[in-house]
Amino acid sequence: MAVCLKTSRTALHYVRTRPGPAFTHLLNRTFFSCSSHHCNPRIISTNEYRVHSSFLGLGSRASQHSKALKVEDHDHSENEEWDFPGGKVPFTTKIKFTDDSSKDRIPCYRILDNCGQQIRSSTSEMISKELAVKLYSSMVTLQMLDTIFNEAQRQGRISFYLTSNGEEAINIASAAALSNDDVILPQYREHGVLLWRGFSLQEFANQLFGNRSDYGKGRQMPIHYGSNKLNYITVSSPLATQIPQAVGVAYSLKMEKRDACAVTYFGDGSSSEGDFHAGLNLAAVLEAPVIFFCRNNGWAISTPVTDQFRSDGIAAKGQAYGIPSIRVDGNDVLAVYDAVREAREMAIKEQRPVLIEALTYRVGHHSTSDDSTKYRAIEEIEQWKTARNPISRYRNWVESNGWWNEEQESELRGSIRKQLMNAIQVAEQIEKPLLADLFTDVYHEMPSNLQEQERSLTETMKKHPQDFPSGFAV
Amino acid sequence: MLMRRIGRSSGASRSCFFISRGGFSTTTATSPDGTTLLPTKTSTPSSSTKSINLFTAINQALHIALESDPRSYVFGEDVGFGGVFRCSTGLADRFGKKRVFNTPLCEQGIVGFGIGLAAMGNRAIAEIQFADYIYPAFDQIVNEAAKFRYRSGNQFNCGGLTIRAPYGAVGHGGHYHSQSPEAFFCHVPGIKVVIPRSPREAKGLLLSCIRDPNPVVFFEPKWLYRLAVEEVPEDDYMLPLSQAEVIREGSDITLVGWGAQLAVMEQACADAEKDGISCELIDLRTLIPWDKETVEASVKKTGRLLISHEAPVTGGFAAEISASLVERCFLRLEAPIARVCGLDTPFPLVFEPFYMPTKNKILDAIKATVNY
Ligand SMILES: Cc1ncc(C[n+]2csc(CCOP(=O)(O)OP(=O)(O)O)c2C)c(N)n1
Ligand SMILES: [Mg+2]
Repeated sequence: MAVCLKTSRTALHYVRTRPGPAFTHLLNRTFFSCSSHHCNPRIISTNEYRVHSSFLGLGSRASQHSKALKVEDHDHSENEEWDFPGGKVPFTTKIKFTDDSSKDRIPCYRILDNCGQQIRSSTSEMISKELAVKLYSSMVTLQMLDTIFNEAQRQGRISFYLTSNGEEAINIASAAALSNDDVILPQYREHGVLLWRGFSLQEFANQLFGNRSDYGKGRQMPIHYGSNKLNYITVSSPLATQIPQAVGVAYSLKMEKRDACAVTYFGDGSSSEGDFHAGLNLAAVLEAPVIFFCRNNGWAISTPVTDQFRSDGIAAKGQAYGIPSIRVDGNDVLAVYDAVREAREMAIKEQRPVLIEALTYRVGHHSTSDDSTKYRAIEEIEQWKTARNPISRYRNWVESNGWWNEEQESELRGSIRKQLMNAIQVAEQIEKPLLADLFTDVYHEMPSNLQEQERSLTETMKKHPQDFPSGFAV
Repeated sequence: MLMRRIGRSSGASRSCFFISRGGFSTTTATSPDGTTLLPTKTSTPSSSTKSINLFTAINQALHIALESDPRSYVFGEDVGFGGVFRCSTGLADRFGKKRVFNTPLCEQGIVGFGIGLAAMGNRAIAEIQFADYIYPAFDQIVNEAAKFRYRSGNQFNCGGLTIRAPYGAVGHGGHYHSQSPEAFFCHVPGIKVVIPRSPREAKGLLLSCIRDPNPVVFFEPKWLYRLAVEEVPEDDYMLPLSQAEVIREGSDITLVGWGAQLAVMEQACADAEKDGISCELIDLRTLIPWDKETVEASVKKTGRLLISHEAPVTGGFAAEISASLVERCFLRLEAPIARVCGLDTPFPLVFEPFYMPTKNKILDAIKATVNY
């Protein structure tokens, strides 16, 4: 239990201004050494350290002390550095706090300007006509799916809905840049990823209507999709819980040497949860191939990002945890695609986490339970809905390449509308889930208490059939 | 077209409400450190009342709390614009954004912050948006708030902390907008757990919780926010904690419940009466520390007990009540104690009507107990 400590004033200054358990811990571990040739190391015990620190005083008294000592400080301390876990730490005699992050904001990567004009020239090599058109038609499909299902909720046909309006580029372009082997851990506003992977409109409708074909067996609220086949882990309402889980998923992919990564999506609001911080830190330390994809859409229900954090968004936090991070224009399809493709390559090749912060806007209400005009300006919504619309911006680009025209547009819209209406009608006619599924899947096998409760419920239903909705086969 | 069922099962209606009997109890307001702050405030039937719903009653209580103590604060997710259930409507405008404010989206932060604020002698009124989302704050509540006083030898306390959270079924909430997590918190010495059944109860009990010198978790029945309407005194009044209330007198069986479930139980009592069974219905109001004496006295009279709650039956608070009453009234019991509760499954969306402890499930249990 000994530690190498310099006797120079600088070293004592360091000891003095960093009291407390963290430092004592380091002293006990003897894992840092002196690197400067000015250093005249001697061994002191931790007891001695205590003597020193009490002699020099702690806390605010210490800082008064440091001013008195400063006069005697010599310039040579500027050249010194400590070999400290995490890399060499230079010393300075200047008292200077780091800037908060608001001055130099991390720039936002984009390829298309507001009108869909290409700023960077190399994109046509990046993206084929076929992919470009698929991206566009998927975004339109997602938008229509949202519009029509939202309307179905308004008509009382489903109990709840939530759109991805304004975030179509994020949904579709990020999905397109991934491989289907990459495991998705979504929040709830990323159903476009499922759409891209091939979840059919009928499968969407089945979940929303909670019918017998819903993979979730009608147990969860609408929009809580999940697909084992498509590597999309079922949505859970509690926020940010999926973030550390994604690190575990990624660690498994790492150990199995798979050519795949984990991808977790979350909102600006969710980044305030403890689980976000836990997840990032674990990923960095465990070198897990995971992409943290933050949809910074400006709002968490009624809470604006200014009430959420004072950092330079989420990208700055990624960096602070030791994770390469990028900010991207979330309404620029090509930029999102490019950033996610690069991130995926880094995550898998270098076996480490990557963070993407996509700037966008939640154009719709939070959900069908919300009226966002109560807390935000209609002009603000309109601006993002029209001038900054990711779909029309991208359409300009696709059209300027001669890859899309009005005729194709109306044909696509007509066909999607028909398919959606049909999916709703079919979903409404599919029977309700089996009542037995109220009791299954709580555990792998059904314990006796549930068997007993199932029997008792069956009896109650026989006695009071009028109390229970019809259509639930026992 | 097959319409999806949205709303309540036909087995239980939540549309009847209770009027508390008699006037209001005399209660003393105390500061978080236990000293008396406010004079006794008693409400007499003569004070003016208004017919309001439950969220408005909560809003009034918060209004009064902020008005009557300049060192009180209201905060939580989306609280600034009035809260997702409108309980904090108008408060930020009236009392300013320094006292009524949005927090970042972080339940552990909200409660930890509240503990610190309360430890400095303030009244910290924290909102957790749904009881289903209280778990990130579980550590702060169980290991911190509940033990702050005890572990310091009473040098410090966070008695000024009140945590409000909407709980319970609402017809379409599924797993994460329906839970009744009260039993988890009833297992924690050092906090109080209070659940009101109606607007008038909500206002008086919430004011007591806010002014109680102990940290309190206050669960609000969200199904009743709009649905429950009752005459509520407009002035400042408090209802006593740890005092159960007999809301219906009877002689054949005692029923114990709390919160929204009482409305369902009341209907079962009314139906049982048609069959000549006289039920006594008790609102426990405070779950810990709970009023065993009132329940005991009633069970000694009726010889039978039924407890009902929405939370899963296994490990629910009915189990604790049942065990305590067996200890106290073993020889007076004429039938096994009945529990009519939620099933031992996660709260299931489309199966909600089957999961719920419905009126007829209660009625059947009443009859089975009486005819035992
Ligand atoms: C742990 C938890 N706390 C609170 C909520 C309630 N809630 C649902 S969505 C939401 C806002 C989320 O905002 P953000 O993460 O920015 O996602 P966005 O809705 O903007 O896509 C809140 C507070 C929740 N679901 N889970
Ligand atoms: Mg958001």
